[in-house]
Amino acid sequence: MVIYGVYIVSKSGGLIFNHDHNVPKVESECVFNKHPIDLKLVNENKKVVVSFGHRDGVAIGHVLTSLNGIAVTGSQLDDGRDVFEAIENPANFPLTLKFARLRVTTNEKIFLASMFYPLFALASQLSPETKSSGIEVLEADTFKLQCFQTLTGVKFMILSEPGQVGLDILLKKIYELYADYALKNPFYSLDMPIRCELFENNLQALLEQTEKSGNVSHI
Amino acid sequence: MSRAGTRVDAKKVNSELFTLTYGALVSQLMRDYENVEDVNKQLERMGYNIGIRLIEDFLAKTGSGRCYDFKDTAEKVQTAFRIYLGITPDITNWSPSGDEFSLQFESNPLTEFVELPDHCIGLKYCNVLTGVLRGAMEMVQMDISSVFVRDHLKGDSCTELRIKFIKRIEDAIPAGED
Repeated sequence: MVIYGVYIVSKSGGLIFNHDHNVPKVESECVFNKHPIDLKLVNENKKVVVSFGHRDGVAIGHVLTSLNGIAVTGSQLDDGRDVFEAIENPANFPLTLKFARLRVTTNEKIFLASMFYPLFALASQLSPETKSSGIEVLEADTFKLQCFQTLTGVKFMILSEPGQVGLDILLKKIYELYADYALKNPFYSLDMPIRCELFENNLQALLEQTEKSGNVSHI
Repeated sequence: MSRAGTRVDAKKVNSELFTLTYGALVSQLMRDYENVEDVNKQLERMGYNIGIRLIEDFLAKTGSGRCYDFKDTAEKVQTAFRIYLGITPDITNWSPSGDEFSLQFESNPLTEFVELPDHCIGLKYCNVLTGVLRGAMEMVQMDISSVFVRDHLKGDSCTELRIKFIKRIEDAIPAGED
């Protein structure tokens, strides 16, 4: 069982907790021996992104992180040169470019979590049957999102490998941990981001145990 | 050899410890406020803050679903008393419209070893419970009020807590549930 992350969204739709558990790191290095390179790069959101082309594990959407071992910030090399100029200059070859798929930043996570909130509500309204719940499972070809909403309106979400079963039991266990370690902490105020070390440690232990046994019901 | 009998559940504590801790809290409040009305109010407020957190613990551990009538609620409240205080109060005195009932306690762990002195006659010693109930119910979108109508400590034959349903908090019901 592979779990990518755990998210908790408060009653009002704000992200109050996230935990990246096992996010695979996508990083690849390419050596280009002569000018020009066979990947199309563009400057997008202050990053140098692959817009077309595919080789050695580098795919569309990956971001350039270093050039000949020099880190890239925005579209500039750390030694002050412009990335595009450096790549265009035949004198710089051979070039070693390192690409990576960037992780979601905390801000983006907050944004995405609050985005899920109306989708969840919308699903229950679109339902042809009355008394429908919101989205409980959302599947894609590379992951599965399972959501559990408590009676008090807090949402617990797990991102995992597709086809994973038993996530509902795991979500209930996480709810118990939340009740025990987050809410019983007198210094935690409701609906605020959870920064409780005990909660984090116990969650980590639970996830590791689940992954090892491969089955939640054995815990 | 199994020693199950001697093992103590990590999450269970001796009720006497709880009783005495609560006693210390009430007597401290009496010293701080010197006015039984204020103490009653403070106890209720503290209870409320406990209730809004405790409800999650109850839901997570029992896995119980939403109540669609007040009879259901009464039974769940009874279960909660068993879980958290180790007592099973009787559910009695339903109002004809089914929106009001009483919980009767034969014994109450909070009031063990307690006698009210004369100057505390207006003190609702267990008032924390009314707050807990209100807070917990509010989190599951139910507005209730509760009040002690009879009290062991005041010479009644039993302790009676009257609980009244006021309304469902419609605008707080989470999406996908209404």
